[in-house]
Amino acid sequence: MEAWFSLLVGIFFAVAVYLLLSKFIIRVLLGVAVLGNAVNLLIFTGGRLTREVPPVITGGADVLAGPAANPLPQALILTAIVISFSFFAFLLVLAWRAYDDLATDNTDEMRVAEPVNEPAPPLGY
Amino acid sequence: MDAAALTFLALGLPFVAAAFAPALTRVLGHNAAWILALAPFAIFVHFAGFVAEIAKGEIITGGYAWIPSFNVSFSWLIDGLSLTFVLLISGIGALIVLYSGGYLKGHPQQGRFFSFILMFMGSMQGLVVSDSFLMLFVFWELTSITSFLLIGFDHGREAARRAALQALVVTGGGGLMLLAGLLILWNISGITQFSLLPAFGGELKESPFYLAVLLLVLGGAFTKSAQFPFHFWLPNAMEAPTPVSAYLHSATMVKAGVYLLMRLNPVLGGTPEWQILLPLFGVTTLVAGAALAVRQTDLKLMLAYTTMSSLGLLVMLTGLGMPHALEAAALYLVAHALFKGALFMVAGSIDHETGLRDLTRLGGLRSAMPLTFAIALLAALSMGGLLPSFGFLAKEEIYAALSGFDRRSMVFAALTMLGNALMFAVAFAIALKPFIGPKVHTPKHAHEAPLLLWLGPALLAVTGLAMALMSGLAHRLITSPMATAVAGQPRSVSVSLMPHIGVPLVLSGLTVLAGIAFYLNLARLRAAMTVILADIGWGPDRGFDQFLRGLVRFAVAVTRRLQGGRLDVYMTATFVLVAVVLLAVPFRYGEFPRAPFFSADVPLHELAIMAIAVAGLFAVVLAADRLTAIVSLGIQGFAVAMIFLLYGAPDLAFTQFMIETLSVVVLALVMTRLRLSPSDHRPLGEKLPDFALALACGLGFGLFLLKVTAAPFDATLTDFFNRYSKAVAHGENVVNVIIVDFRGTDTLGEIAVVMIAGLAILSLVRLRAGSLQRGEPVEIAAEEAKREERA
Repeated sequence: MEAWFSLLVGIFFAVAVYLLLSKFIIRVLLGVAVLGNAVNLLIFTGGRLTREVPPVITGGADVLAGPAANPLPQALILTAIVISFSFFAFLLVLAWRAYDDLATDNTDEMRVAEPVNEPAPPLGY
Repeated sequence: MDAAALTFLALGLPFVAAAFAPALTRVLGHNAAWILALAPFAIFVHFAGFVAEIAKGEIITGGYAWIPSFNVSFSWLIDGLSLTFVLLISGIGALIVLYSGGYLKGHPQQGRFFSFILMFMGSMQGLVVSDSFLMLFVFWELTSITSFLLIGFDHGREAARRAALQALVVTGGGGLMLLAGLLILWNISGITQFSLLPAFGGELKESPFYLAVLLLVLGGAFTKSAQFPFHFWLPNAMEAPTPVSAYLHSATMVKAGVYLLMRLNPVLGGTPEWQILLPLFGVTTLVAGAALAVRQTDLKLMLAYTTMSSLGLLVMLTGLGMPHALEAAALYLVAHALFKGALFMVAGSIDHETGLRDLTRLGGLRSAMPLTFAIALLAALSMGGLLPSFGFLAKEEIYAALSGFDRRSMVFAALTMLGNALMFAVAFAIALKPFIGPKVHTPKHAHEAPLLLWLGPALLAVTGLAMALMSGLAHRLITSPMATAVAGQPRSVSVSLMPHIGVPLVLSGLTVLAGIAFYLNLARLRAAMTVILADIGWGPDRGFDQFLRGLVRFAVAVTRRLQGGRLDVYMTATFVLVAVVLLAVPFRYGEFPRAPFFSADVPLHELAIMAIAVAGLFAVVLAADRLTAIVSLGIQGFAVAMIFLLYGAPDLAFTQFMIETLSVVVLALVMTRLRLSPSDHRPLGEKLPDFALALACGLGFGLFLLKVTAAPFDATLTDFFNRYSKAVAHGENVVNVIIVDFRGTDTLGEIAVVMIAGLAILSLVRLRAGSLQRGEPVEIAAEEAKREERA
């Protein structure tokens, strides 16, 4: 099973990186969204796979015994999903505003902070 | 209160006085100097109390533990060397504060000046009494910083700013070398205090790190004490007001390097390296400084170059390793502090009273300023080494050290005589030329300097005379203990004003004759030096400018290359590194996973969901219009949620469903406003390298995951949570318990991140002002207008 998941995670990462490398902000954004899922699946698989049994203590027992899914990666991923969503939303609005102000979706042309022909600093004292 | 506590207070007193100086000056004006001078005077009195004990050969140490685990202490060491220094610093310091009161009378920033100079005094005092390495280094750098503030006191002028920066860069850089040297010393000896070092000296000289320590320490000492070729900052430092020049750049701070060499002489000295490097640099500085002094006509610049010369002489004497040399260094150091401080203050008085300090334009001041003239003459006698001054004793002792008949002594004796004769000429040029001859017109009407201006130089000059007349007492209390401390073994100085017929006196006489000849031909010498320097072209001073400019240009070039401002370059660099780490490292260590085993007994619905996820991914990449891209993104997200659901993670699945839905909605909202095509409209040539890189990263992560899952699973944490989630945290859903209980703080941070992101989004949407480029596409503006109408 892990082999299939490794293949899937590899594809997720390849697609995310390919999207991030393009110069157009919408594709970069899509790449960020895919990258979040890629990482989550990586963590999920790294914690080993168990089918169908959620890590919940049932039937008045005090400890979770017997085969159940690993709760730790689930807790980490739960946090990660929420954070990556807020990150995604922020980037989305940032991209929208950048496009609005600079009239371009090409990151090569977004040079406000680092202008193309920035003058060198003064050499005096 | 015991002596240790008082010493500790004395170390802090100048800083306290510095804190109150501005307020005091606001109330009392320039008369605040009388009160502020009490601080250095009190310190002088406190340390003068140690003189008798030190003269008996005792050494006083004290202090407090600072960082005991690192063997670092705040501790002081008072022996003949540090006592002489601290008396000079506090004594001259008191006089300088008084002098500044007169010199900067009415200056709007006089309070700040007092504050700076008192801070410097505290730093310098701390430097010379420090026993611990770290404390010495801290005070060393503090003197560089306060010197920076004082040189740049008149910061409205570019020349002052440049000089301040130059001094800081040169002496601060030297300070870092010193730190490195002290750290090596600390490492190889395990000792952090100077007082414990001499016992370790022999072992140190055998150490393979000896040369490294020596060179680093010399780097610090030579930059601070303006040795050639690091001398150039010192004449430039004359941009500072004259009290600063008199105090920092002749009597005290520039001697810190000499102090360090003297302090380490018993530990590092006596080796061939020491006896070659120090005299070589010293004598070069001596001759170069004296020659450069002759060329100047500005009183302060002439004095600055002779200071450089004197520092060279001191360094030379410290390293010479001949009998009488260390005694001569002790004598000359004291004599120099007294006469040079006085001469600087005289130059300042002349400048203050006439508005001029160019030697060729001054003359005939003897009747207007008789007292200043007398002080100048007295100081010049000492500088020229004539009877009956303290300088004469120093010069006798110097020539006693150099009176051997071997080749080394003779070469050094000849060069020293040359330097001394030139300094003699400069000394009397300064003491005589402005005062004799016909009266000349000056910008200000010249009259005698007020009490505050003549008191300091007069006391210094008279002290020099008194110490010479009572040379027996002076030697017993000051110079002999100092020479003992420098030598690391008992030494006694006995030279007196009664000249003994012998080689030293002959050399001294020859020096005076040569000096008189130089004095009479000063104008010709100056012209000759100007021609020589013009032939040499540019020196280290211009070099400093070139260096700084080169540094800025280099930094700009490096920044432009590494931070070119193109996102795709940054991204490419990042992912190339990721791919290299994921693929090259396992390749190097043969850690690739074994060939994967794709088991066939996977349920069909699971494979189908994976296939849907992959289809969604490819659709995102290939989408030709916005809607397809958004929907495809949703497809892969929901497929991931399904996977979570199938593998026992219902909480994840629900969250993922909600988040993916929200993402699609938000994306759709923004994308419809953007009118952007999501498709990649770049030529194939640009796409292919990206494709290869993406493939490499994907392969890397896939292999990494295979390798991880092939290793045995460590279930320690999982077992912990499974066992205690109900017993300790009373929750049955282990995932939820981890989030809200075991890792509650982490979740709090997560909520904070979400909130901050929300606030940032809100402000990005709301703040419409300050659009950077007014090239908004018309359709968006129109759309916005429509929306506003509806609202």
